[in-house]
Parts: sequence; structure tokens; C-alpha cells
Amino acid sequence: MTRPSGGDNRKLAIEAHGLVKRFDDTLAVDGVDIAVPEGAIYGILGPNGAGKTTTLRMLLGIIDPDAGVRRVFGNDRPHEVAKLIGYLPEERGLYPAMKCDEAIAFLGALRGLPLEEGKARGRVLLEQHGLGHAVDRQIRQLSKGMAQTVQLLGTLVHRPKLVVFDEPFSGLDAINQGKLEVMIRELAHSGTTVIFSTHVIHHAERLCDEVAIIAGGKVPYAGSVDAARDRIPAQVRLETRSASGPWRSALPGDARHDAKGEASHFWYFPVPETGIEELLKPLIAGQAGILSLSIERAGLHDAFVEIAGEAAARALEEDNARGAKP
Amino acid sequence: MKDTTRLSRFEAARVIAQRDFRAILFSRAFLFFLLGPLFPIIIGVLAGGIGGQVQRDANTRLVAVAMSEADTQALIAARARLAPQIGRALPELAVADAGTAPEVILREPGKNYVAVVGGTLAAPELTAPQPAIDYWSGPVAMLAAEAGTRQVAAYPAVAPRPVATSIAAQRGDRIRTAQAGQLLLFLLMMLLAGMVLSNLVEEKANKVIEVLAAAVPMDAVFLGKLVAMLGVSLVGIAVWAAVGSAIAMLAGNALPQLPAPALGWPLFLALGLVYFAMGYLLLGSLFLTIGGLATTVREVQTLSMPVTMAQLLVFFLAASSITRPGSLMELFAAAFPLSSPFAMLARAAQSDALWPHALALGWQALCVLLFVRFGAQIFRRRVMKSGKGGRAVKGHVGSVRAR
Repeated sequence: MTRPSGGDNRKLAIEAHGLVKRFDDTLAVDGVDIAVPEGAIYGILGPNGAGKTTTLRMLLGIIDPDAGVRRVFGNDRPHEVAKLIGYLPEERGLYPAMKCDEAIAFLGALRGLPLEEGKARGRVLLEQHGLGHAVDRQIRQLSKGMAQTVQLLGTLVHRPKLVVFDEPFSGLDAINQGKLEVMIRELAHSGTTVIFSTHVIHHAERLCDEVAIIAGGKVPYAGSVDAARDRIPAQVRLETRSASGPWRSALPGDARHDAKGEASHFWYFPVPETGIEELLKPLIAGQAGILSLSIERAGLHDAFVEIAGEAAARALEEDNARGAKP
Repeated sequence: MKDTTRLSRFEAARVIAQRDFRAILFSRAFLFFLLGPLFPIIIGVLAGGIGGQVQRDANTRLVAVAMSEADTQALIAARARLAPQIGRALPELAVADAGTAPEVILREPGKNYVAVVGGTLAAPELTAPQPAIDYWSGPVAMLAAEAGTRQVAAYPAVAPRPVATSIAAQRGDRIRTAQAGQLLLFLLMMLLAGMVLSNLVEEKANKVIEVLAAAVPMDAVFLGKLVAMLGVSLVGIAVWAAVGSAIAMLAGNALPQLPAPALGWPLFLALGLVYFAMGYLLLGSLFLTIGGLATTVREVQTLSMPVTMAQLLVFFLAASSITRPGSLMELFAAAFPLSSPFAMLARAAQSDALWPHALALGWQALCVLLFVRFGAQIFRRRVMKSGKGGRAVKGHVGSVRAR
């Protein structure tokens, strides 16, 4: 598999420039730019109400932008390439009276897959995902988790080249979240582009090659996860036995100090420009009593705070605390 | 299926229609739909029976005669002589006590007299409320005059020369056929439009609509739903026709016969079916648009009420223009899209010209396309308003292209 390189000549599954969407006096999306390379796992990360769903709906052609352009596989009319796309909306919905294999086949038929073939593939997929016993059951007879799996399989049954998930992890238990992560990785491994929205940072951090951070309808950052993390300098975390001494002058003046009892002192500060080796010399000579020293790279959460601001980060945390039930 | 990157509009509409058709046909709603026409028939029969009884009780023709014995008998004999000629114009007569004041006789409980005749045959007096006096003065005077002559007038025998029909009779007959056709069309359309609306509301409740909107153009969703319900209705009509034919065969001549329409029954029925389809598609697309505007069942009911009332007005417009073919009102009813199917069906019953139907069907088909396209645009603007199925942000959404 060729993972996206981040170069300028990448083939794009989705690109959007200056997307704007207004609902009455609410500006839901305000000039969003996004470029999703083919074969990438791309996350749209932001709190509820940030404009994630509206952005996805514009990208898919469910609604049209008030301004800006979007192209899916080079086509500015997403419905023209509908057979290449699979979409799982945040609000899952199936016809309750349909049997599982019929529901999967119907979702496939909407994307051009003949019904009979869809049914056959649906039965195989259900079997593969431990729902072989439910093939002939009606959707209304399934648990919520099982129904979600059926809809997910219906999203994939026509073997799309681009899969769009809106908050795919919401409502899933930890085990099913794990299964979905595996599925997303497998899809990307097979060359499928996956784009998903989420308000859970660790999903984006674990899965995504690239992210768009969205807050208040704007995208202040779009690019690789690594580049986002690198926007914040790595931090040194130093633990010493001694609290003071001549070695203290070697640490930056604004180093944050935290004590854990009499003989355990923590110091946090950015990696010095002169390097760690130069820092170690006075510490050792001054008998600081080094207990531990680590260089900690900023996580996506820190990057999110840096990029989107404290308020957006707080909103994200609140969403997580609520279990994403707005 | 061709190897393209999307379904054509018609393929997409077919997928939607196929699903809806099967789902509705095998649902309990279809059973109720089949039984639907029974309710207006039962209510109509009951209302007609009760109404007739009330009418008979209210419109009594009994006039009390409070005259001398001789005058009373002469008056009753005169009524008997005139009855074969103009019986329906004469009052029923009952003998009352000549010694009792007429006002008292009128108030006698359980008698139900409309008037009291007193005085003499030469100078009869009529006591009653003014409208009854206006109505019965003439017939009572005629009876008194006949009674006063004490002679039997010689009425010449009228030789009957019956013909099959006359312009007046034919016109009256065809108006009856036109009225029956319009009423049937109206009832069917209202029944179906309500069903397509509830089908859409259910879809919004199931949250399937976003999946559909993402996969296929909204006007294909719209068209698919309308066509599915039309298919269901045609199955229903076939069932009703079969049941109706069986009843007609069993009942023989016991059923009332509708007069033949001007275009003849086969063409009239075929046109009726096409006008039904057009009328339903027009009304159904309006109702679907309402479904798109509403987010709850309550909103649907509130929004569909004015349209239902407006449709009633449209029906009354078409119904009232039946008797005035060629008038400005009838031409307006034929041209206005929502009343056109009704007005043109009435024309098919009364006139044998075919070209107006070709013109009207072309116009109606164009209107169906415009209605569907416009409805789909509104639907698309309103149905996906925010992240959570349109609850968070209310109101109008900016300009949207239909696909």
C-alpha cells in the first residue's frame, strides 16, 4: 500500500476550497479548505457544532455550499461519482421492516449494485462479522449495535473507493470501537480513502494520516498529524532529587517546577536549542541527582489546544465527558 | 447496468420506487387503503338515510281543514279529483274541529299541521306562518274553487310518445356521470396523498432520508416515492374494480346504472385513470414538499391542513363548473393544474372532442415535472438543516441546486 507522502503531486480523493454554508443567521461553515489524498485515513476533528457534519454533507452533495467549490475524484458534482462513495451518517437509519440482507442490498442498490448481488455479498459480510444468524431477521428485531453493524456493512457492500463516516464511533462500546478501528485500517490498507469526523482526539491520533481541525466553522489547520504535533516544541521532563543548587542556572528561567515529596522534583521546559547533551553536563557536575529525564513530544491534544484554542478544546472535552450526546 | 460512476435519475427512482412499492404493498396500511372506500360509502349511505328521514319529518304537507262538515267533505272530494293531475302540488288534508280556533289547532301537540283552512269555500281563510301562507295559498284556493264548482272537469287523455332521450335529459345524465367521476377522483387522490405524506414522515423518523439524499439526487427520491404510491394505488384500483365487477354481476340490474359518457365508457375510463395519475402526482408532490418542510408529525398536520382545504376549494371549483362548459370559470378550472384533472374528466363525460384532452394532459405532465422539481428543491433545502437531522438550526437554507 502506498501511504500518502504529503507531497504536492498527490492524487486527491476530495478537495474543497472556501466552502461556506449559512443557515439563516448562523454561519455553520466559514471558508473551509480540505485536501484528502487518495488512500489516506483523514479525520475531521472538532467539537459538536463546529461544522463537521455540514462540511461532510457539502462534500457529499447532500447540500450545496453557498460559496466555494468541492471536488470528489475530480468531479464537482458528488452525485456523479456516487457509486464510488460509501457514507455512514451520524444518525443511523434503516427501514425497520427490512431483513438484514435486504437492507444491505438496498444500500448497495442505491450505489448501483444489483439487488441480487448485494444480497449475496450481504450474506457473506454478515457471516464475516458474526451476524450470519441474523440474515433473515428484520432490522427491528436487532439490538442497536447489530443494526449499526448492518448499516456499516451496507455502506461498504458496493466496495467504494471513498468511505465517509460521520462520527462512526459514537454510540459504540469499546469492543466495537476497536473492531471499527481495525476495519478502517483494513479499508485504507486495501487502497480505500477513509474520511471520518470525530470529536475524540485519540481516535484521530491513532488512526489518521491527516486531520482537519475545525472549530466555529473554520479550519485553522489541515495537514498531517505529525506536522500538527510538531507545531509545539518537544518538552523536557526532568526529575531530580535535589531542589536547588548551582545546576539550577542551567535550566531555563521559566521552567515549570513540581515537587513530589522532599526528594522528587519535576522540571518541565522546552528542549534547549543547544541540545540535551549540553544541559546534562552542568546537571551532573552540580549533583542535581537526576532520577529521570525524558523528551516528550506534544500530542494531538496539545496541538489542538494550540491550534483551535482553549475554548474549543474545552468544548471537545465536554463532548467527550457527555459521551457525545448533544 | 452500464459501468458508470452513478445511477441515472430513472434508475435511482426505480430503486426507491421498488423498495417503497414492496414495503407498502405488504404492510397493514395497504389493507386499510383497500378498505378505505368503504368508509365514505358507509357514511354516505347512513347520512343519506338519516338525512332523508329528517327531511321527510321536517317537510310535512299536512293542512288541517276546520270548516263546516259539507265544505270539508267537498274540499276532500276536490283533492281526490285533482290528485291524479297535480297530486304532488297539493297538500295532504286532515279534518279538524271547526269550533276550535285555528291558532290552537296549529299548536296541538303531535299533529304537525303546516296550516289550517277555515272560513267557507267561497271565502277560505288560511292560518299559518307567513312562508306557509305564501306556499299554500294557491293550492288551497284551487282546491276551494274545484270544491265550489261541484262538477267533475273533463280532462283529455294525453297520448304518450316516448323517445330514448332528449338534449336536456342527456345533458342531465352526463352531468351525473361527470359528478360521480370527479368525486371518485377526489376521494382517491386525497387518500393517496395522505399515504405518501405519512410514508415520508416515517422515513424521516427512521432517519433513512440522509442515506438516500447522499446516494441519489433528491428529485429521484421524490419521483420514486410518488411512482411507488401510484403503483400501489393502481393495484388497489384493480382490486376495487374486480370486487365492484363481481358485485355488479351478482346484483344484476339491481344497481343503479350511470349514463354513458360522451366519449364512451372505455375511453372515459382510460382518461379517468390518466387524470387520476396526473392529479395524484401533482397533489402528491405538494404533500411531499410539505413533508420536507415539517420536522414532526404535528407540523405535518398543521401544514397539510391548508393544502387539504385548498384542494377542497379546487374540487368545488371544478364541480361547480360542470354545468357551464366553455365558461370562463370552466376554462380556468381546466387550466389550473390542481383542478385540471377534475375539470377535464367532467369534459370527457360531456363532450366527445379529444384534442382538449391531449392539450390538457401535456400541460398537466409539464406541471408534474415542475412540481416534482420544485418540491425536490424545497425538500433538499429543508430536510438537512444541521448536524442532528435538522433540529439544531431552524429556518431557510441558502440557494441550492437540484440534481
